[in-house]
Amino acid sequence: MKHTHISAEHDLFDLKLSEVREYWELIFLFTRRSFQVSYKQTILGPLWLLINPLLTSVTYVILFGNIAKLSTEGVPQLLFYMAGNAVWGFFSGRVKENSVTFTNNAYLFGKVYFPRLVIPISDILSGLVRFAIQMLLVLVLYIYFLLKGSVRPDLPMLLTVLPVIAELGLMGMGVGIIISSLTTKYRDLTVLVDFGLQLWMYATPVVYPMSSVGGALRTLFWLNPVTAPVELFRLALFGSGNVCVWSLVWSLVFTAAVVFFGIMIFNKVERTFMDTV
Amino acid sequence: MDEQREIAIRIKGVKKRYRLGVIGGTTLRAELQSRWAKRRGREDPNIRIGADVSRVGQEFWALNGIDVTIFAGERVGIIGCNGAGKSTLLKLLSRITAPTEGEIDITGRISSLLEIGTGFHRELTGRENIYMNGAILGMSRSEIDSKLDKIIEFSEIAEFIDTPVKRYSSGMYVKLAFAVAAFLDSEILVMDEVLAVGDMAFQRKCLDKMREAADTEGKTVLYVSHNMDTIRRLCDRCIVLNQGRVIYDGDVEQAISVYMNYNLDGDPVDIDLSGKDAGKNGVIMERLVLTDKVTPVYVPEELLRLRLTAVIDRKATEKLCLRLTFRSQSDAAIATSWSKPFVSSEPGRRELDFALPLSDFGGGKFYVSIGLYRVDELGRHFTLTHITRAFELEIQSLPVWDTNTHGYIALPDTEVWS
Repeated sequence: MKHTHISAEHDLFDLKLSEVREYWELIFLFTRRSFQVSYKQTILGPLWLLINPLLTSVTYVILFGNIAKLSTEGVPQLLFYMAGNAVWGFFSGRVKENSVTFTNNAYLFGKVYFPRLVIPISDILSGLVRFAIQMLLVLVLYIYFLLKGSVRPDLPMLLTVLPVIAELGLMGMGVGIIISSLTTKYRDLTVLVDFGLQLWMYATPVVYPMSSVGGALRTLFWLNPVTAPVELFRLALFGSGNVCVWSLVWSLVFTAAVVFFGIMIFNKVERTFMDTV
Repeated sequence: MDEQREIAIRIKGVKKRYRLGVIGGTTLRAELQSRWAKRRGREDPNIRIGADVSRVGQEFWALNGIDVTIFAGERVGIIGCNGAGKSTLLKLLSRITAPTEGEIDITGRISSLLEIGTGFHRELTGRENIYMNGAILGMSRSEIDSKLDKIIEFSEIAEFIDTPVKRYSSGMYVKLAFAVAAFLDSEILVMDEVLAVGDMAFQRKCLDKMREAADTEGKTVLYVSHNMDTIRRLCDRCIVLNQGRVIYDGDVEQAISVYMNYNLDGDPVDIDLSGKDAGKNGVIMERLVLTDKVTPVYVPEELLRLRLTAVIDRKATEKLCLRLTFRSQSDAAIATSWSKPFVSSEPGRRELDFALPLSDFGGGKFYVSIGLYRVDELGRHFTLTHITRAFELEIQSLPVWDTNTHGYIALPDTEVWS
């Protein structure tokens, strides 16, 4: 029979992964619910998953490509922005969604116990699904331009796409749950998240390539832990751009750190946060 | 108790500390603290309305050293007045929050009906929500599949099962939620008074379902209620909590009488009024004792007996009068009672004894305001001193299970003129 031990003492690094495994069905249900719920009572339904990024990318083409005339290193503009948008959207979505884990689920957490990590994990899953759907659109365009000869993938580099996505997902989750854990006490941070993410996007080569950043700014931009993965992602897909090795290493170290601290704080807050919200 | 029996729950030295929240601060410090609390979001759910403001920021032990062992198959009732720690104990058992000190060991899957309807999403249909809710409560998909028909049948809302729950009435919502919880395969069932919603027939059905779970399936049941009648029906053991401690553990009738205080162990309820009374008119109320009561819980057959300690610096010949005002929890005035005028024989500290029959009350929780008045020759009352919401009191109407009787006041029977 199942035995549960509850104690005032606890281990900050005990992830209770075996318990999370018991709840895998719940993870999938939460993931599915996030889709079921978003598009109920809409006419176009899940089509919005495609329309949104398409419209954003077209806006970028007009704004950044034609008016500001930012370089895309020879990559067709629509493709360049669409890929950048998908990968940035995946990262920023994880930060944003996870940053409200505690506050948005307070009604649930206040009534029933399940391993709280279920929520961030199912968020990564639903983020991945959204990302994959957007990438389908990218793929269609990509094949078109590939046949036209406007893009050339860096074949060995293509292998890095999956690890890059994994890293971005984990980093987003780590940053998100740290914010979420802090917001159980200080609500101010929630207001900052949207604004912060917007600034962060412009400090990341999403609508421009790193090659167009020069001088002292360049080092600063490489210090942004999201820069290297995004640049690597485009390098793999389009064979354009370059990746600074120390920046990539820094990005990995940063990810490891936020995941580590994120889970630690999450574990601490999870136990008693119902007393403070 | 039989040592050979299997232990379902062992609670060892469990304590839980909360910090008191803020409502209506009057000092700058309290004001700052309340702003601070607002910024942090909702107010502390554990604050007691009417709690002394000067205690803000202080710690308070909701549970203060609980040691209880519950054996498999026992049906244990938990009673105690508000703030005794009942809900906190259940929250710890269902792992919603962690203890400050101590340890709890649970053998078997625990499910609590605190959580009925959790995870229900407005946009999802009844059927979709059954799966969602079931999974949150720890059921597997195949488990739900096999029970789906029974759950829908029990819920009595089969024809709406594919409608989004946002279109449900609150009664339908609770029925569906309870149906899912009722079919959980857990060894330990934890229940709070959740049955306030739903019609009476459905409430009976739920109670029967619980008893059946305990009787035929040998489940361990923990039941928290203010309703002594259901405690009697369901439980074979009863724990009385008071101020975070176990004051009685054992036989149900004995426990109920401890709670209702037919047994006079323990200290009577003693309320310090000295901080609350400004005493401008030469009369200060210092202390109030609910005579012979350990908990402020009464039945209508009882007398509300009060011993008021007051310092009276007025002419000895003057006629005085006591006023008691009963207010509901939403602060509506329910009833007022005046004492007969009395004469304070000499100035100084006096102990005054009063008794009010409660037979006209229906039932409910009340705040009682207390005041001393001067009565002039024409029978008019003039306030000398008054304390709003001096104490809280609960009146238990019997029979409690009859949900067709409503109201704070029990009117006389209606005459039939045919």
